[in-house]
Amino acid sequence: MSDGFAPVNTDPFTPEARHIAVVAGGLGDPSSTRLLADRLTEAATAALSQEGIVPEVHVIELRELATAISDALVTHNNSPALADAIDQVEQADGIITTAPTFKATYSGLFKSFWDLVDDQGIVNVPVLLGATGGTSRHSLMIDNAMRPLFGYLKAKTIPTAVFAASDDWGEVVGAAESSRTSPLQSRILDAGEDFASVVARLKPRPRRSRGEPKPLEVVSFKNLLRGPGS
Amino acid sequence: MQFGVFTIGDITQDPTDGTTPTENERIRNTIAIARHAEEVGFEVFATGQHHNPPFVAPASPPVLLSYLAAQTEKLQLSTATTLITTTDPVRIAEDYSYLQHLAGGRLDLTMGRGNTGPVYPWFGKDIRQGIPLAVENYHLLYRLWNEDAVDWRGQFRTPLQGFTVTPQPLDGVAPFVWHGSIRSPEIAEQAAYYGDGFFHNNIFWNFEHVKQMVSLYRQRYEYYGHGQRHQAFVALGGQAYMARNSQDAVREFRPYFDNAPVYGHGPSLEDFSRMTPLTVGSPQQVIERTLTFRDWVGDYQRQMFLIDHAGLPLKKVLEQLDLFGSEVLPVLRREFAALKPDDVPEAPTHEWLVERRRRGEQPVPGGREGSQAWIDEQESEGRGE
Repeated sequence: MSDGFAPVNTDPFTPEARHIAVVAGGLGDPSSTRLLADRLTEAATAALSQEGIVPEVHVIELRELATAISDALVTHNNSPALADAIDQVEQADGIITTAPTFKATYSGLFKSFWDLVDDQGIVNVPVLLGATGGTSRHSLMIDNAMRPLFGYLKAKTIPTAVFAASDDWGEVVGAAESSRTSPLQSRILDAGEDFASVVARLKPRPRRSRGEPKPLEVVSFKNLLRGPGS
Repeated sequence: MQFGVFTIGDITQDPTDGTTPTENERIRNTIAIARHAEEVGFEVFATGQHHNPPFVAPASPPVLLSYLAAQTEKLQLSTATTLITTTDPVRIAEDYSYLQHLAGGRLDLTMGRGNTGPVYPWFGKDIRQGIPLAVENYHLLYRLWNEDAVDWRGQFRTPLQGFTVTPQPLDGVAPFVWHGSIRSPEIAEQAAYYGDGFFHNNIFWNFEHVKQMVSLYRQRYEYYGHGQRHQAFVALGGQAYMARNSQDAVREFRPYFDNAPVYGHGPSLEDFSRMTPLTVGSPQQVIERTLTFRDWVGDYQRQMFLIDHAGLPLKKVLEQLDLFGSEVLPVLRREFAALKPDDVPEAPTHEWLVERRRRGEQPVPGGREGSQAWIDEQESEGRGE
């Protein structure tokens, strides 16, 4: 019987592996927010492979966890699927996350999921942001709404991010009508490369075997008795 | 093995008929429930401590427990929990010591921090200091109950010079203390340090987590040399609703579940029953489920049940107690006893604590000479740390 607080190890079989959690916050199925997450993931994993890294991708579709997330908010009880998703995020070496724009910000579901992640869970973890919206007038949503959230979580948010408006899905690299802005696909490739270069520089984080709970930190009672700051 | 009921004294509308008990009715019902718990064979009754509506659990549990001490013969009176963060430890020492005398020793306490944010500022405390408050206040309480004249200076209350608690604990032995925490390893460590009990109120938590917290407590209990890890004192929460036929139980309880404070309007009864110890079904199902708790935490000493919340009328609660008494407790007692090794102690009673003290075997906080904690301490002193 495991005590649940044994030391944890990095993945012993593939030391060059990096685990990428992809959190897609789209509400539809199919969803353009998921599509953006997939494109960003392809770009990032291709760039990581170039650097000799073996990317392991864990996709979390928030839509499938919607009921579990609301249950967890009102009862503090995570369903097994939700607990697994949070585990994947809190152990990831890099995170790609995308949200739809609702009323000038991300959706409530997206915020609710991140509310359930531990405050210390993704400190210093590279995060690549993406968002979708009806028109490019919402482009600053990433900077105005998403960055502060991941700033609070002390993540290493990548400066390059991708906003995809509905129109962007009709643009093609090299086509004349795409000259107004850099086309979506090239922005995705740039963001994926920037994210990959940061992930590749960092050491992999410790991982637990699947389903094994987070280890409890033992604080010696003598130190507790001496009071805070001892 | 002790079995008990614990209450938070919530005043909740009965969703099936729209009636809501008055505070007076709810308080009277609590007395009736405690008395009937004793009649049907429960060993323990525990009350919460609350300072806000819609709860009538007393702000000072000894007020209720003193009355119950006079109304009952054998029932062990306890708390779930006594707020060690926001209640002056001097008042805890005085009030519970007095109550221990009135109850003839039928008293123990469970310490908890409390998670109702505003209670802290109402009593001049800061919720961010929850753990330091629990640590310092309990250390003072421990000293007040185990030393004659206490000199004290701490962060959180006015200093004491030569303070002696009156009355002194009955027969010179303090009431047994359990420390309750759902997810703070510091509190499991605190319980282990003093050789006290650890209560995990697991009614909203999954068992992987409960097992982890109890394992930590057991490991540290052994480290501090109070006994082997399987001999540490563990209590658990639980929640059940029964009818002879399991479909009737689910049908009757569902409206109460769906509208309950805390978890109502959230997961389905079925999902919640899978994720937590809640068992809604026949007495046989409650027996089988409760026996599985031991597989997670090892042999334990006390099992508490929440049975009186969510607006259930008194009549239904008393019927639940009858089913427990006639069908569930006799079987659970027999089964748990058959599984328990001889060297695992029962839940401490006053007589047992007096006898332990007479033999000079009471726990030494931080570890008796020869314990691993003591050895580590000697070594670190030897290195000049």
